[in-house]
Amino acid sequence: MAEFDTSPIMTSGAAFGVTPSQTVGPFLHLALADPADAWVVPVGTVSGFWLRGTVTDGNADPVTDALVETWQASANDAEVSASVVGFGRCPTDAAGCWAIHTVKPPPTSAADGRRAAPHLAVSIFARGLLDRLVTRIYFADEEEANAVDPVLGELPDPTRGQTLLATPTKDGYHFSLRLQGEAETVFFAL
Amino acid sequence: MSTPEPRGLPAGYARPAPGTDAPLISPAYRSTAARAPSRPLVALTPGLNELTGPLFGMDRVRPGDADLSRGPSGDALGQRIVVAGRVLDADGRPIPDALIEIWQANASGRYHHERDNWPAPLDPNFSGGGRTVTDEEGHYRFLTIKPGAYPWANHVNAWRPAHIHVSLFGRSFSQRLVTQMYFPDDPLFFQDPILGAIPDPAARRRLVSAYDHALTEAQWALGFRWDIVLRGPLAVPFEPLSEQDHHG
Ligand SMILES: [Fe+3]
Repeated sequence: MAEFDTSPIMTSGAAFGVTPSQTVGPFLHLALADPADAWVVPVGTVSGFWLRGTVTDGNADPVTDALVETWQASANDAEVSASVVGFGRCPTDAAGCWAIHTVKPPPTSAADGRRAAPHLAVSIFARGLLDRLVTRIYFADEEEANAVDPVLGELPDPTRGQTLLATPTKDGYHFSLRLQGEAETVFFAL
Repeated sequence: MSTPEPRGLPAGYARPAPGTDAPLISPAYRSTAARAPSRPLVALTPGLNELTGPLFGMDRVRPGDADLSRGPSGDALGQRIVVAGRVLDADGRPIPDALIEIWQANASGRYHHERDNWPAPLDPNFSGGGRTVTDEEGHYRFLTIKPGAYPWANHVNAWRPAHIHVSLFGRSFSQRLVTQMYFPDDPLFFQDPILGAIPDPAARRRLVSAYDHALTEAQWALGFRWDIVLRGPLAVPFEPLSEQDHHG
C-alpha cells in the first residue's frame, strides 16, 4: 500500500480542495435510516404510489446494507410541504429491497433548454462503494416523453436505457438497481 | 473511474480535481469486487434535479442531537472530544444550513448495531449517532467520544483506523457527500485500503482532522478541527420551465 504523509493540513488561501468521498460502510442505519424518509408524500396523497426496488450485486445477490436516496426537484402536489418536498431515503432490507412513497414528477427542463421526461435523481450508497453511485429513475409508461429525453436519447449504448425505466406494478412502480454484471444499471458521472 | 466531460455544463459547475475520489474498483478493498460497476460511468449534463437538492434546515435536528457523549443513564465511556469546523464550497465560501449526520463506533471500537459482532463491550450510554446543521458561517460542532479502532476481515490482521462516518447535504444533489473523518497520527493508516484508495495524498490528508488546542475545553474535552469542502460553487443560473414550481 502506498505510503503517505498523515500530517493534517488546514484549508487556507484561495485553493479549497474538495473533501473526498468514503464508503458509507455497513452500519449506516445508526444515523441515516429513518422510516419517515420513505414518505416523500404522505399517505393519502392524490396520485401517490409506491416506488419499490431491489439492489443486487455482480453475483446477482441482494445487497442488504445499501441506502437508496431519491430527489425530485418539483412535485406537482400542493399537499406537500415546500421545505423538504421531493426527498426520499430508504435502506435495503434483508432481501435487498427498498421502497419510497412518492408522486410522478412533472417534466423538467434539461440544462440545454430541452424538455426532460419525468424522472428522479438517485444516489446509491453501500459498503464496497467508495463513492455513491448516481443514476436516474424514469417511468416506462412515459413513452412519448422518454423518446425525446436528451439523456435517454444520448446514451453511448441506447439499449441500456431500459435499465433506467421503472415498470408499472399493482401499487406503483418497480425499479431494479443492478450494481454490476448483466443488465448493469446505467450510472452517471455527475 | 472515467470522468468524461459532458457538453453544456452550467457555469459554476465544477468537478473535484482528478485523484480526489477513489476508483470504484479498488482491489485492496475487497468489497468493491462485486459491487463496483464494471462499465464506465456515463457522462451526464446535470439537469434541474442534479442542480437542486433538499434544504432541510433545523427541521430534522432536535436539541441535544449534536451531543453524543451522554446516554440515558450517564456519560458515555471514553475520551470526550469536540469535533468542529466549517463546511465550505470549493471557492471557500461557507455553506449555511448544511445537514450533517454522523455515526461511529464506541470507545472500544464496537458499533451499537445488530450486525456488528466484534466482541468488544457495548456502552449502554453510547448509541453513536448524531446530527446538526451548519450556522450562517458554515460552522458545525459535535461533542462525542473518541471512537476505537476495530478489526475487520478485509485482509490479514486488518484494522480500521479510528474514524467518524459523516454524511452531508449541501445546497444541491451534486454536493451530496458521505465520507469518514480520521484522527491525526493514527498508526493504522498505512494498511487501510479505504483511506488508501484515494489516489492523491493531499486529498487523503483532507480526511484527517487536526488537533486544535483552541477547541479543547479545560477539564472537559480534547478538540479536533475538521473543515469539509463540498464541490461547487453552485450559484447556477438555471431556467426552470416557467410553469413549474421548484424548490432550492
Ligand atoms: Fe466504520
